[in-house]
Amino acid sequence: MKALKPSWQAVLAIVLCLVAAIWGAMSVPEVAAWAQPTATIDYPYMGTKGLMYGIAIVAAVLSMFALAPALEALVLFAGSTAAALLLLHGITGFEGTARAPYYLLLTATWLLGWRCVAVLSSMKPSNRWMSTTLKLAVPALFGVWILVLWEAITRGAGIPFILLPPPSSVGVRIVNSLPVLWADVNQTIFHSVLIGYLLGCASGFITAILADRFVFLRRGLIPIGNMVSALPIIGVAPIMVMWFGFDWHSKAAVVVIMTFFPMLVNTVAGLAASGHMERDLMRTYASNYWQTLAKLRLPAAAPFIFNALKINSTLALIGAIVAEFFGTPVVGIGFRISTEVGRMNVDMVWAEIAVAALAGSVFYGVVALIERAATFWHPSVRGG
Amino acid sequence: MTAVKPAVVAASKLGLTFQTNDGPVQALSDVDLTIGKGEFVSFIGPSGCGKTTFLRVIADLEKPTSGSITVNGMTPEQAREKRAYGYVFQAAALFPWRTIERNVALPLEIIGLPKAEQAKRIKRTMELVNLAGFEKKYPWQLSGGMQQRASIARALAFEADLLLMDEPFGALDEIVRDHLNEQLLRLWAATDKTICFVTHSIPEAVYLSTRIVVMSPRPGRVTDVIESTLPRERPLDIRETPEFLAIAARVRDGLRAGHSYED
Repeated sequence: MKALKPSWQAVLAIVLCLVAAIWGAMSVPEVAAWAQPTATIDYPYMGTKGLMYGIAIVAAVLSMFALAPALEALVLFAGSTAAALLLLHGITGFEGTARAPYYLLLTATWLLGWRCVAVLSSMKPSNRWMSTTLKLAVPALFGVWILVLWEAITRGAGIPFILLPPPSSVGVRIVNSLPVLWADVNQTIFHSVLIGYLLGCASGFITAILADRFVFLRRGLIPIGNMVSALPIIGVAPIMVMWFGFDWHSKAAVVVIMTFFPMLVNTVAGLAASGHMERDLMRTYASNYWQTLAKLRLPAAAPFIFNALKINSTLALIGAIVAEFFGTPVVGIGFRISTEVGRMNVDMVWAEIAVAALAGSVFYGVVALIERAATFWHPSVRGG
Repeated sequence: MTAVKPAVVAASKLGLTFQTNDGPVQALSDVDLTIGKGEFVSFIGPSGCGKTTFLRVIADLEKPTSGSITVNGMTPEQAREKRAYGYVFQAAALFPWRTIERNVALPLEIIGLPKAEQAKRIKRTMELVNLAGFEKKYPWQLSGGMQQRASIARALAFEADLLLMDEPFGALDEIVRDHLNEQLLRLWAATDKTICFVTHSIPEAVYLSTRIVVMSPRPGRVTDVIESTLPRERPLDIRETPEFLAIAARVRDGLRAGHSYED
């Protein structure tokens, strides 16, 4: 029994392939072709059907021999990818005609992909370089499989383009409209979001320090800050457009308002985070307010401040995009989304969403990286 | 009492009452005590006897509500503003974002010493507490005993003549504690500082002190002041001598007397 190492994913994949093969025709045209053997009816997977089943079954069987984990993952990856690519390639031109065996085979390849990710994530590589690669490879594979399923289902089932375009057409649209996308990113991300974010975070931070220094501000402003931070501030966007005009200034203003209060509330909480003993210590040194602030209270508040910076990075993006729905010049992510959806160009809408998601992730990632470097001493970062 | 030495701390009729939600709590009552220059005075007593509170009053971390106290002839607040003392807390209270070296430098930065002088003092005090070689480590990379030694180095780098220590070794195991006690005595002999030392441990108090102040709770007050007859030079095995045991017995009696008050 040592030579075999069965996994339920591989076994189920084989079963699904066999069921699909017995079921028969993978698409409606194929049924028609079988019904009229004399007519020359073109149907998908004329030559590749057996190959796909073969690849999937061979990969599944091979993976169950007791291979080294890396080799097993490679076999699974090659098998599932090849089968899935053939499946996606074959349906071209026959969208919406898929029958049950198509989905069974799709499920089988997906199970092999699942097994591949499972093997990869249970690996414990010895060197750093390998573990970093693995750390990136696992979520990448996972994400690619989501796209594959999305692509296969939208095309196999012939889901209307308006409802959900396949990711490949979104990809094509992104490649074909790079200049437009770049102009939108430049307008929305580099002007509205970044400038608004910097101004909002900085003013929230400074206000927090002032509130800490002056009791009347602390007593009066902080409760209001807590209340306002719970309001859907995006509602002020039309007013900001009236105040600051159609260009990015009004969007930056919305972002400032959205990011101000989370920063204020978090910084105030952070300034209270230093311990009594540490503050007594500073007192025994006859340290003045600003020295205590700079050397003890701000460093101790850093985890809170970075928390606000991370929350604000996503808030700023939402604020800027939604604010553009209320009137902009003819450029910007939010503008493009609202106009292209009206023109039924949903692939462009999805392209903008993808770009915004990418920009948001990079933004958040950069803030998180700076946080790791700046609060290296915090137990949550140093891990102990 | 050898009264010729100038008083570093002089308290008379000192009292402190905390206002709490459960009504007033008398933490200190009628404390009369004079501590001369170069003395090593230990405060011992059960928890709640006000020994830490007394130390905090000297340090101007608490304000007395009655009586008077002077530190170096000034009010505690003036003394604090003049940076008259170094304070070692129960926990090391090192800043985790600073290396050991930068932690020791913290009070020096606040005073505004030039960099060269800072470096000199850091080097000297790190050697005094046996931490040379660990300057670039972060506090969380060191053991509890080393952290506490670093916090002593930080207090020493301040170069105040008065050192206030609030159960500095309370959280450490006995082996480390013995070792640090020995080092502390050597340090005291080398620097001629005045040390006020709060502790729970009778052997520690007897081993270290020239004078032991026994306190009792509710209200916190001084019940006995014991002059030590031990020589200044004290190896660790002095703790087995009859002289040592006699002083320890007297401290224990004093503590028991304080307790019987409320039985």
